[in-house]
Amino acid sequence: MKKLYLPLKDSDILDLVAGEQVYLNGVIYTARDAAHKRFVELMERNEQLPFDIKNQTIYYVGPTINSELNKFESAGPTTSSRMDKFTPILLDNGLKGMIGKGFRSDEVKASIVKNKACYFVAIGGAGALLAKCIKKSKLVAFEDLLSEAVYELYVEDFPVFVGIDVNGNDIYK
Amino acid sequence: MKKINFDLIVESIKNACLKLSSEYPKDVYDKLKNGYLNEDTDRSRKVMGILLENAEISKTNKVPICQDTGMVSAYVSIGKNVVIDGGSLNDAINKGVSLGYKNYFLRKSIVCDPLFDRVNTKDNTPVLIYVDINEGDKLEIILTAKGFGSENMSKMTMLKPSDGKSGVKDFVIETIKLAGPNACPPIVVGIGIGGNFEYAPFLAKKALLRDLNTQNTDERYAEFEQELLEEINNLNIGPLGLKGKTTALKVMIEHYPTHIAGLPCAVSICCHALRHVKLEF
Repeated sequence: MKKLYLPLKDSDILDLVAGEQVYLNGVIYTARDAAHKRFVELMERNEQLPFDIKNQTIYYVGPTINSELNKFESAGPTTSSRMDKFTPILLDNGLKGMIGKGFRSDEVKASIVKNKACYFVAIGGAGALLAKCIKKSKLVAFEDLLSEAVYELYVEDFPVFVGIDVNGNDIYK
Repeated sequence: MKKINFDLIVESIKNACLKLSSEYPKDVYDKLKNGYLNEDTDRSRKVMGILLENAEISKTNKVPICQDTGMVSAYVSIGKNVVIDGGSLNDAINKGVSLGYKNYFLRKSIVCDPLFDRVNTKDNTPVLIYVDINEGDKLEIILTAKGFGSENMSKMTMLKPSDGKSGVKDFVIETIKLAGPNACPPIVVGIGIGGNFEYAPFLAKKALLRDLNTQNTDERYAEFEQELLEEINNLNIGPLGLKGKTTALKVMIEHYPTHIAGLPCAVSICCHALRHVKLEF
């Protein structure tokens, strides 16, 4: 069982090979369609993002949250390709990891290689199981977006596969 | 005349939302289990194993199988002698879903305007409601909650009559290939053939309501369902697109008369979390 501790280090990233299973431990940030759109709008206006994305990992997820227990109840990955349009600029600004599901564009793949980053794929539709790996959550920004808001999560042994590695190898090819 | 109380419908729908989101129908779960047993590589078995484990967790803890708890459709069959006492059927269905999604903390995934505002309606309504009026005094409501990962990969096309069976087959296979991992396989494939531009997708959706152990009543279509299933599972897309034998759990075709000039064909792909609940009054 290969464990990775976040934030990702360059040495970890160089080691990862598309297809292998790894377990993520540490802090990740949630962001999907609407949050990505806002990130890029903030960057275009030279404003600060709600968190420093340098070396961080973003999880494409819109969870179900039990607001009475303040608990993520189901939190599987959403389709990554909808974020493709926004991804290269985030990678150019220091983002190192992404967790989602499904194909990425050639532009994203090239940007992953150029910026020495990694795309992880999680099991789509296994939301109840994946939520159990989320040990802490904290709202960071965009509360008005409800499930699309940005949360900081602390995960333990969160199971993923390496989707696209630093050499551009793709698990789906 | 049979009177059915508005509040009874609201309460039943509210309660059904929990089961709808947290439990696989038995036929779907059984097919997933067969798929697991049929996989023969470490990775594909592991992936199918995770889906089964996830199903146990969601059922036991009463939490959603998948965080995308869908856009709700309601397929209503109502007898002409039925009267809803205390309000309209549309209001009852929308109110039930609104209360259910709020009460059970299901995801509110609906935005009020598709193109400009995209502001969340905060209760997962409106519900898409389709009504069929028939003889008798029964009310039946089938609720479905389909996620958009697979919805986004569904397609329809207007084939030419001369394209025939091979045209349908090519379109289906191409659609499944394009969907790949995005649709969260193992998928269930609903196919609508015939009708017109809006009716073929409706047929494809109706096909997804069938029990997975049934086949089309016309032998020719039943054989075509089987042929397509085998062809799809030979694509080696596999569970979650990570390669393997189980790309589709089932292919179901619904067909209908059409125009002399056309062969409408729609493919509605549903992820492994095929969720529906039937209510009878």
